[in-house]
Amino acid sequence: MSGEPILELKGLTKRFGGLTAVNDVSFRVAEGGISGLIGPNGAGKTTIFNLITGVYKVTQGSIEFKGKPIQDMEPYQVVERGITRTFQNIRLFKNLTVFDNVLTACHMAARYDLGSALLRLPRFRAQEKVLREKAAALLDIIGLTDRAEVTANNLPYGLQRRLEITRALALDPQLILLDEPAAGMNPDETVQLMKLIGELRDRFKLSVLVIEHHMDLIMGVCEHIHVLNFGCSLADGTAAEVANDPRVVEAYLGTEDSTCTC
Amino acid sequence: MEYILGIFILSAINLVAVLGLSVLTGFTGLFSFGHAGFMAVGAYVSAIVTARCGLPFGWFNYVIGILAGGLAAGVVSVGIGRLTLKLKGDYFCIATMGFGEAIRLLLNNWKWVGGARGWESIPIYDGLAKIIPFVIAAAAVVFSWNLINSRQGRNMVAVREEELAAQMAGINVMRTKMVALVASAILAGAAGALLANYIGFIAPKTFNMVKSTELTIIVIFGGLGSISGSVIGAVLLTILPELFRAFSEWRLVFYGLAVIVIMVGRPKGLIGGQELTPTGIRKMLAAGKAKREFAKASREGGGR
Repeated sequence: MSGEPILELKGLTKRFGGLTAVNDVSFRVAEGGISGLIGPNGAGKTTIFNLITGVYKVTQGSIEFKGKPIQDMEPYQVVERGITRTFQNIRLFKNLTVFDNVLTACHMAARYDLGSALLRLPRFRAQEKVLREKAAALLDIIGLTDRAEVTANNLPYGLQRRLEITRALALDPQLILLDEPAAGMNPDETVQLMKLIGELRDRFKLSVLVIEHHMDLIMGVCEHIHVLNFGCSLADGTAAEVANDPRVVEAYLGTEDSTCTC
Repeated sequence: MEYILGIFILSAINLVAVLGLSVLTGFTGLFSFGHAGFMAVGAYVSAIVTARCGLPFGWFNYVIGILAGGLAAGVVSVGIGRLTLKLKGDYFCIATMGFGEAIRLLLNNWKWVGGARGWESIPIYDGLAKIIPFVIAAAAVVFSWNLINSRQGRNMVAVREEELAAQMAGINVMRTKMVALVASAILAGAAGALLANYIGFIAPKTFNMVKSTELTIIVIFGGLGSISGSVIGAVLLTILPELFRAFSEWRLVFYGLAVIVIMVGRPKGLIGGQELTPTGIRKMLAAGKAKREFAKASREGGGR
């Protein structure tokens, strides 16, 4: 584990009516690190992502990003602060081309207002050029340049995942939340993805928080892991520590007769 | 000749309103069945400005009326947007329907502007009324094209495609929807103003739900997410009923049939999601070729 925490959850609780989806969860994500958030289905992992990004409103507790509370912000404000995410079930702009998906997300780098857009002022043209170059550069880094004009919907599954990550990167995040990035991928694609996550972290100076069920991916890339079960924190530590924790083995992998492999 | 010019002027006026709705429905994905309400606001405000305010600017009153009409509709839309944009999908649609009807009924009972009998003798600016609609229509095409191809326009499309993902792309969804609604209301208001000062007579029932529905049909007919589709749709579907005027009541049947044939044959509308620009046409041709080859390949594959 390295450095100060970039993200800190303190006593985070979320109730939906009578159901407590997340109960008093506290953990930290180290700056520049890759952290994992694991737990059985229904443990509240994605709910925590939705809380961090402002999609859900926090019932109790606080979320601090770089020392400042963000729990009362709208999603777009959270993104402006430097947090972005991908989704468990890929959510691309399906009918747009790969390039336009990324270009749309580049909008935060644009410095022109509606008026100059409507009148096509020189400022607009210059800024649009910058955006296009930025989108093209990102596609180049990820290796999607040759598919730039393909409609997102027609991409193979693994590349759709990559595109979603690219779109997230276009927002210049400092912290990126990946929700089951390897879901539905074959082992080969998973290995490539692991490599990609590591590379991106180094290249873009990112901190990463990843939800995953593929234990090999989690154990392979995460420096720090937090385990949830039924909305509560169960364990916290390095991959080796967590893997050997009997409570985790029981909750996550099940007892001897369990069939849960997810 | 006069008659044909009249049809084209009506097409141009319709086009302005349709472009507004196209931005809202085709690009932002918000269906509205109350846009005639915004047209009504524009029409009546312009009528008040040109007929009742006693402005001394001669023909320039006309221009002021159009601007005032558009602006008034825009202001009204901000209020409506605050109230309704939080609603999802169909609920927003129903709310707009309610808005359109509310405006109509309000005007029905407002005697100062003629009430249900309508308002006659609104100034018609001869000569100018034959040019200005085309100028405004051209400006509307340019502005909506520029809007759609800017960052704000891309944000609108993102909201249409996937609202949650748009939020996570740092897009202020509420604000984006509001910009789309206000822009479309301004255009609808301007169209209403043009109509009032072209025909010289307006009545609340000119702006009933049939009018709102007609605008939506044109946008869908032309193709959602296509400016050029909206242009072609507006011109075609204004001219078509006129061509069949000889058949009197039957013409609406032809109109309906034409819409059904297009929607069955091309579910995405005439050119949904595409544009008639050199690159757009090339793309369409490439896609058509790929589709035919795919169909051929699958036919041959089936024959094995």
